[in-house]
Amino acid sequence: MFLLLFLLIPIIAATALLFVKKEQAINLISIGSGVLTLLCALYIIVNKTGSFDASWLPVLNSRFLLQADGVSKILILLTAISFPAIFIATVNNQTNQKNIFLSLLLFTQTGLMGVFLAGDALLFYFFYELALIPVYFLCSIWGGEKRIAVTFKFFIYTFLGSLFMLIGIIFLYSNTLDHSFLIESLKHANVTPGQSATAFALFFIAFAIKMPIFPLHTWQPDTYEQSPSAVTMVLSAVMVKMGLYGIIRWLMPLFPEAFLAHSNMVIILSVIGILYASFIAIRQDDLKRLIAYSSIAHIGLMSAALFSHNQAGVQGVLVQLFSHGINVLGLWIIADIIEQQTGTRSMMALGGLAKQQPTLAILLVGFAFANIALPLTNAFIGEFLMFNSLFQFNPWIAAAAGVSVILAAIYTLNMVQKVAYGEVSAATSLMQVPNKNAQGVLIVLLVIVFLTGVYPQPLFDLTADTLKQLFVK
Amino acid sequence: MNAIIVSTLLGVIMMFSSWITSSAKAQRNLGLLGMLILILANLAQLKGWWVIDFDTKGMLAFNQIGLFANMTLFILTFLYLWINGEEIEKIGNHTADYYAIFFFILCGVSVLTSFDNLLMLFIGIEILSIPLYILTGADKKNLLSNEASLKYFLMGSFSTGILLLGITFIYGATGSFHLSMPIINPRTHMVAEHFLMSAGLILLFASMNFKVSAAPFHFWTPDVYDGAPTVFTSFMATIVKAAGFIAFIKVFETQRVALGFTWYIILSFVIVATLLIGNITAVFQRSVKRMLAYSSIAQAGFMLFALYGNSIFNTEAILLYIVAYSLATIGLFAVLVKMKEYSFESFNGLAKQHPALALLTTIFLFSLAGIPLTAGFFAKYYMLNALLSAGAGLWLLIVAILFAAVSIFYYFKLVQAMYFTPGTPAINNFDKQYEFKLWVVAILIIVLGVFPNLLFNYLYF
Repeated sequence: MFLLLFLLIPIIAATALLFVKKEQAINLISIGSGVLTLLCALYIIVNKTGSFDASWLPVLNSRFLLQADGVSKILILLTAISFPAIFIATVNNQTNQKNIFLSLLLFTQTGLMGVFLAGDALLFYFFYELALIPVYFLCSIWGGEKRIAVTFKFFIYTFLGSLFMLIGIIFLYSNTLDHSFLIESLKHANVTPGQSATAFALFFIAFAIKMPIFPLHTWQPDTYEQSPSAVTMVLSAVMVKMGLYGIIRWLMPLFPEAFLAHSNMVIILSVIGILYASFIAIRQDDLKRLIAYSSIAHIGLMSAALFSHNQAGVQGVLVQLFSHGINVLGLWIIADIIEQQTGTRSMMALGGLAKQQPTLAILLVGFAFANIALPLTNAFIGEFLMFNSLFQFNPWIAAAAGVSVILAAIYTLNMVQKVAYGEVSAATSLMQVPNKNAQGVLIVLLVIVFLTGVYPQPLFDLTADTLKQLFVK
Repeated sequence: MNAIIVSTLLGVIMMFSSWITSSAKAQRNLGLLGMLILILANLAQLKGWWVIDFDTKGMLAFNQIGLFANMTLFILTFLYLWINGEEIEKIGNHTADYYAIFFFILCGVSVLTSFDNLLMLFIGIEILSIPLYILTGADKKNLLSNEASLKYFLMGSFSTGILLLGITFIYGATGSFHLSMPIINPRTHMVAEHFLMSAGLILLFASMNFKVSAAPFHFWTPDVYDGAPTVFTSFMATIVKAAGFIAFIKVFETQRVALGFTWYIILSFVIVATLLIGNITAVFQRSVKRMLAYSSIAQAGFMLFALYGNSIFNTEAILLYIVAYSLATIGLFAVLVKMKEYSFESFNGLAKQHPALALLTTIFLFSLAGIPLTAGFFAKYYMLNALLSAGAGLWLLIVAILFAAVSIFYYFKLVQAMYFTPGTPAINNFDKQYEFKLWVVAILIIVLGVFPNLLFNYLYF
């Protein structure tokens, strides 16, 4: 019953926001619901919680089943941290029809929570789509110049992907013995290895587009660039995790043989993606695009590690799911502060942030370190485990992927250098007043970065049960 | 039998009602009352309370599914008349006549849901079609409407000819008009002539494809839908088309056995062609009304999937699809009626000026596109599920969803126009009452989108 709160709180707040016009009330409702969800998330992490199970479509034998194990909990925590952080950090941004904007964001949160909680394949599909619809409107209404075309591409891409998944779901469902969408039934569906491989491909396309994996990534940089900042944060901190989550929750248990059989191909694609994105990131001048490509590289590493199918590697991914979300959120918030105050995202036009706003510069350096995965930051432990498992899979592939660490250092430090150091540029000189709200959020996030970097054991403990399910038979 | 007799009587009553009252409003209310009576009469037969029955020598057979189909189509018609009543009056001076025509069409619908004999199929289709030619040309002073009517009439009679030829061939092969006909010819005591039988069935298939506007027999659709007065297009694209599908399925549920594997080849060909032509052409339309005509071809492609198997899944799927598609289409045409112009540009900025109208249109479009939380999603879901259960290859499903993704393109073009492009749309009087009616449709769509089984509870009570 408790799990239902994760859907109800945002949905009630979102509905309420539609009828509220006053700026203060809007902020109160959005941040309040975000914090409330966060408290609930902390509660389920500390306590054991049962699942919520209700009959939904008796004809199809589909159930409204919500359950949370380790991987769900860690992503729920990430979602629950991200939304209030985004709300607080962007509270002073000028947005037309702010109540509707925030309302749509909260609807997105509902969809995301549903995705991470659903234990029934049809319900999962439902939420997978529902998380997308509000984003379509958010990006198309409040986005940048080329927003309509870019968002449309993004929407059709992901929608087509999830339709493939729908066929996969129907296909498995029609072959289950007890006609049910529950993961256990789908696992024991009566299919030949060939059919299983086809179903695997259908699911995989959906997740590969969402993550995204090279060569299906083309929607991503444009979408990140054109979306309003708050939406970009949601997209890259939380939404791309839907793809990885789908692999852990559905792909790995449902198609163990096909998973191993295709691991080579997927890992090679992922590593190509990592290198490709890293090289492009080096050449970027736009802050948002740089972070977008850097994000593709990081996600690629996670998908490669997942497919190396090694316990330590998957453990690394589970931790990195959380860490990457926090790090990239920090970077986006900084990018947003800079854009809001200077009106530009071009690194050429920036410089001298350290002189103008020393606190922000320190925070930037902190998150930059986390992005490179330096020891003591949260990303280190995850990346270490992931490279370790890739190495066991194939040393050459690990070596190729390892180049990305160096490349990450190049583009991230280059960004720090251009933005933070040097003479105060004309654009940077506009940054007179520090954005206290956003800086507060950043400090909290940075504390999480170093805390989980020094002592990641709680994250390991949290995800132990998922790992056990995946690897101990 | 109740529905056939009551609808005929109501048609006659409506025809002469203008002697009693010349007020359009009274005639409209009389029509709605008649619809309620018709629904009740059909319900009475469904529940077995009161049944008019006489021996039709097995020409008609009333079963649960047929009566249930009647029920859904009548309720949809009621909704349609309730929403569009005032618009119908604007077409011409003979409001009562239009209602009479509607009742005659519904009589044809009732025959098509209950025939058990190919002659009754022919009669049903004729009862359905002839009033439609009149409706298409109802806007007498509009050349386009006249052209559409003539075109529809010529093409329609031609296709009826083909239908009759097919029936003749089948009679020649089996010596019977009955649907549950023996494969052994009773008079010659020989195995039914296979070649003649196949030829007959293929002709029948072609003619039925014409009626439901499936490619390559779809050419009349865009012109007729575009030319006919918009309110009547709404009726033609939904209830009439649905009745066509029910008849189509009734014929081929049993008969397709005679075609063997060829059946799957020609059906797959028609489905793919319909999806391809419908969807791709819809993308390039500049008028929303024409886009909806092509979208109705594309949706027919999806509905044809129901012919692939003959299990209960297919029946459920087609019924849900009909309801979902009809609700959304009735809603969209009801919005379209209120627009001064039908181009995509004329919808620009609608969300700013009439947020409610834009939201309603979006819900209807989402349902047609098959986005979750709307009835359209489950319609597509059931259809794909039925297709898999019928043993169709995965490739057919993949083709289906690829075209579903294409359909997103043109449905969302309208969403983009309404929400993201600034402009000042020109709208005829759009009052609260009308908005309420549209909300009823939208809420039905959403309720069926969350609990599609509500519909089927009535099927198996």
